[in-house]
Amino acid sequence: MAANKLNLKDKYRLLTRDLDWEFSYQERKKAFPFEEFEGIKITDWSKWEDPFRLTMDAYWKYQAEKEKKLYAIFDAFAQNNSQLNVTDPRYINAIKLFLTAVSPLEYQAFQGFAHTGRQFGGVGARVACQMQSIDELRHVQTQIHAMSHYNKFFDGFQDWSHMHDRVWYLSVPKSFFDDARSAGPFEYLVAISFSFEYVLTNLLFVPFMSGAAYNGDMATVTFGFSAQSDEARHMTLGLEVIKFLLEQHEDNVPLVQKWIDKWFWRGAQLLSIVGMMMDYMLPNKVMSWKEAWGVYFEEAGGALFKDLARYGIRMPKYVEQVQTEHMSHQLWWTMYTHGHATGFHTWIPTDEEMDWLSEKYPETFDKYYRPRWELAKQMEAEGNRFYTKALPQLCTTCQIPMLFTEVDDPTQLSFRDTVYHGERYHFCSDGCRDIFHEEPEKYVQSWLPVHQIFQGNCGGPGVEQVLSEYYGMNLGADNLDIKGSPDEQRWNRWKGVA
Amino acid sequence: MPVRAITPDYVGEVKDLQANFHGNQLVYVGWDHHLMFCAAFAFPLPPTTTFRQLRDEVMVEGFSAHPEWKEIDWDSTQWLLNGEPFIPQLDVALIDQGIDHKSLLRFQTPELKGFMGAAV
Amino acid sequence: MSKVYLALQDNDISRYIVEAIEEDNPGVTIIHNPAMIRIENEGTLVVNRETVEEKLGRDWDVQELHLNLITLGGNVDEDDERLSLSWNA
Ligand SMILES: [Fe+2]
Ligand SMILES: [Fe+2]
Ligand SMILES: [Zn+2]
Repeated sequence: MAANKLNLKDKYRLLTRDLDWEFSYQERKKAFPFEEFEGIKITDWSKWEDPFRLTMDAYWKYQAEKEKKLYAIFDAFAQNNSQLNVTDPRYINAIKLFLTAVSPLEYQAFQGFAHTGRQFGGVGARVACQMQSIDELRHVQTQIHAMSHYNKFFDGFQDWSHMHDRVWYLSVPKSFFDDARSAGPFEYLVAISFSFEYVLTNLLFVPFMSGAAYNGDMATVTFGFSAQSDEARHMTLGLEVIKFLLEQHEDNVPLVQKWIDKWFWRGAQLLSIVGMMMDYMLPNKVMSWKEAWGVYFEEAGGALFKDLARYGIRMPKYVEQVQTEHMSHQLWWTMYTHGHATGFHTWIPTDEEMDWLSEKYPETFDKYYRPRWELAKQMEAEGNRFYTKALPQLCTTCQIPMLFTEVDDPTQLSFRDTVYHGERYHFCSDGCRDIFHEEPEKYVQSWLPVHQIFQGNCGGPGVEQVLSEYYGMNLGADNLDIKGSPDEQRWNRWKGVA
Repeated sequence: MPVRAITPDYVGEVKDLQANFHGNQLVYVGWDHHLMFCAAFAFPLPPTTTFRQLRDEVMVEGFSAHPEWKEIDWDSTQWLLNGEPFIPQLDVALIDQGIDHKSLLRFQTPELKGFMGAAV
Repeated sequence: MSKVYLALQDNDISRYIVEAIEEDNPGVTIIHNPAMIRIENEGTLVVNRETVEEKLGRDWDVQELHLNLITLGGNVDEDDERLSLSWNA
């Protein structure tokens, strides 16, 4: 019955636009109370475009097919004991971090899009957000399923959701999404759909997942790429959102630019976690963090912002301050030296890995970072593996320990502060300080884990009790160096290594 | 506008007021150009702690793992309090010499170049 | 002119899609990474239903592309006949 088949454009119109209705007994403003307070002006919602013209019926059909493929691979993975095929047990720690830091963000994205979608007066935007919200729920579910297999064989997977809400370093990703979700619906879309999904998530999913493949982890590659197949749609939504807002009213331009500046910076700081995973946690390395940044931000983002220039949008404000040369090294050093307080194992990179790092970071690795590992090696050889003793100062905005150095001096930590209503606040960077200045009443509420411990809100009295009782870590199994860990001992037994 | 909120005149709850620290105040201490320690440390201390106690007891816990710790000449060490040059008085309480809640103290030992001379 | 790009999972269907893209977009760059294929082109890139159907030897809906798509960069336009990517600057 080919003659009766609707073409895509007509079908999209019938199954989205024509599903909307006029409000006869309620004021539109009351039905969509969140639409105006941010200052964004929408004159005509019908200008909203979904270039994929995806309708719910097609959505379910293709999503079902993706799921079938995905679960067939999970089954095969489990049946073949494929956990034994990963490069080495260090790799698994990247996956522990993924499950505790990233997967809960998928859930947060689900909640965020469900809420945001409800708030828009335009039906096209509502449908797009609804689909994305269901996608994000799928992502968290498939990730839990994939990684539950590792939970049978390795430590550290047991309480990821509980940990996400409590553990010191996980407050970094958690607070990122809390910040976005507690903003208005338009800022949320600029934050998540555009700045995070369009501009930055490729860096998370594409080279990292390709890295998982290279390390023999087919389960992770498959959930990663299956999620990415939705991501292509999310990215497109992100770009359309921006174009739509900018075309609706010229007054939207400075607001959108401000949000891009903020969320680009927050995202770049957050992704230092991914940089560390790529440079230090993958035993077989696909590309360095710096190279990935070059391909997925500088090239792709460069093209994007050139395209947006016609609307009066420029590159994000702090782009010059992103320290792709340094961030992964500084962050892994932080995790290594806090390895008694991490829910995954840490280690000194091998000599071959250090050579790879010098090759990828010829200007900086040997000069600034190799000496730290030499010190760590020396201390370890003396039977005195270095674990730092006191708790670090945290940035009020991004909540990362204040570990980043000055843009023009990699030997000096960067300190920024401000006084607001008589209280002093500290920041890792100009970007984080300026974000605070825009909305101090929001960030005075930062739940900074170190301060919360000192206030007695995380159990205690000692750090040991905080880690085991409040965070739920199995001390001696989940934390500490990979050397001598139960993970390593089991692995060696399975592999028949003495 | 101190926040973009749907609630008029929205005011946030300040989480880290000194009153929440059970009689302590927070003091951050960082050793410039010594990146063996990834960040400055945060210490919860009674405001009456003397500078001598801070230096000889509290800081030891955080910094003494450093191979150069024992070589520090405290007489020539330079200090910054919240970014400004500062001369500590050893037997005076922190609070009585302007080191208040959430103050940042940095110390500099220019003759010590860090492990392998690499600011580690 | 900036580059638009598309990345596909490295699998049986994608191989034919890539062949179709190569045929319809002379000068396109194909890069193989572990488990994925990245396709880049200056300014524009198009995936035509007809060419993909020819390569696959069966009917193919443009929306099926989503099953194998990993990521893309550029302004998207899709209808029953093709998916195209482009930059305006
Ligand atoms: Fe997702
Ligand atoms: Fe997404
Ligand atoms: Zn920060």
